[in-house]
Amino acid sequence: MSAVHTATSLNQALEMLAQYPEAQLMAGGTDLLVRRRSSMSGSDILFLGRVPELQDITEQSEFLAIGAAASLRCIIADPLVKQYAPLLVQALGTIGGPAIRNMATLGGNICTASPAGDSLPPLYLLDARIELVSRTGTRSVPIASFIHGPGQTARHNHELVSRILLPKVRPLAQEQFVKIGCRQALAIAVASFAGQAELDERGHLAHIRMAWGSVGPTVMRLPALENELTGASITPKHINYIRAALRTGLAPISDGRASATYRYQVAANVTARFVEGLRETSQS
Amino acid sequence: MKLKCVLNAQAVEIDTAPDRRVVDLLREDLGLVGTKEGCGTGECGACTILVNGQPRLSCLMIAAQLEGQNVMTVEELADTEDGAAVQRAFVDNGAVQCGFCTPGMELTALALVREHTLPERTCIREGLSGNLCRCTGYSKIIDAVERATHALVKDEKP
Repeated sequence: MSAVHTATSLNQALEMLAQYPEAQLMAGGTDLLVRRRSSMSGSDILFLGRVPELQDITEQSEFLAIGAAASLRCIIADPLVKQYAPLLVQALGTIGGPAIRNMATLGGNICTASPAGDSLPPLYLLDARIELVSRTGTRSVPIASFIHGPGQTARHNHELVSRILLPKVRPLAQEQFVKIGCRQALAIAVASFAGQAELDERGHLAHIRMAWGSVGPTVMRLPALENELTGASITPKHINYIRAALRTGLAPISDGRASATYRYQVAANVTARFVEGLRETSQS
Repeated sequence: MKLKCVLNAQAVEIDTAPDRRVVDLLREDLGLVGTKEGCGTGECGACTILVNGQPRLSCLMIAAQLEGQNVMTVEELADTEDGAAVQRAFVDNGAVQCGFCTPGMELTALALVREHTLPERTCIREGLSGNLCRCTGYSKIIDAVERATHALVKDEKP
């Protein structure tokens, strides 16, 4: 048996963190409890699910702040998140099933730092910042610098992830999250894609931003490709060029769920489909 | 720990380890064996219970999380009017084959019919998407939930 320390305020959580530095942090527990069981871990648990400050979703002047322990269900249902981050809402809806979304949290999905984390590609595109608090202060880091690799983050042992900060920008005209898995619910992504784009009045690409999950140790971005496509009028030649760029730019591995070749193939297909969809919009 | 919560409409105080898995607490310590354990990793929904009316997976919860909460397991289903309607609809529609997924299905269905009046079949399918039926009797289960929602709406009319 191991002890469970339940914090009921952020201050208390930070005190407990100092007092029990070995404790494992638990918010929703949907990932942690599976890992604890398979590793027979006996460490204490610091339970963060009763800290009100970590549940709030609030609008600030520059950004939308989502409490790290807010459940996916609450985030999906929140009108502010729908307004500023529909892409995130779309992605969160693909995580687990309804019961999992009642329990799992956004902070948990981020800190698990799985290459297949479904919230991550949208958070990269939305320029999310991860806010960390400790007894000595608060700092925030861009998500891309927060996640170092599978299960590896920039969080120090004396810090808690408190909020996810999303800059308040208007969503682009075309936004899409696609997850390829074995079935629609309860599947771990074999590959995932998040895209945002907007055409100008001539039908040229004014903006395009793309991110891929499950095809590398962390979410993959290809800024050079985005730059090359910006301003272009999409032709079939561009689609072939994108496929070639993904072949060299993505870094999928083979594992029990899929082979590297398959992962590349489906990632390229969903990307091509997104960009072709833009071309059709521009022609209509 | 002394865990205080409301379990199946009864205020209870349970002496338990705080990190006891809720599914073990229910089945092994309290003898409430209606809740089933399928995968133990949150992928099948067999262990679904309602916490404050929301479906949750008891295999991915520890006792400390239930402190002060309102918990409903399949054992309470027949005691509530809408729960009984769901149960009746499952029986009448042949929505029970081996029965292993049934407790989780029925509790998830109850939360669904409480949240939506006359949901579309797509909505029912999405609502049940986290509950697997390895007998693959999905059509009849969805029929049953649809039937239950109709029965409940009729009951509300004088």
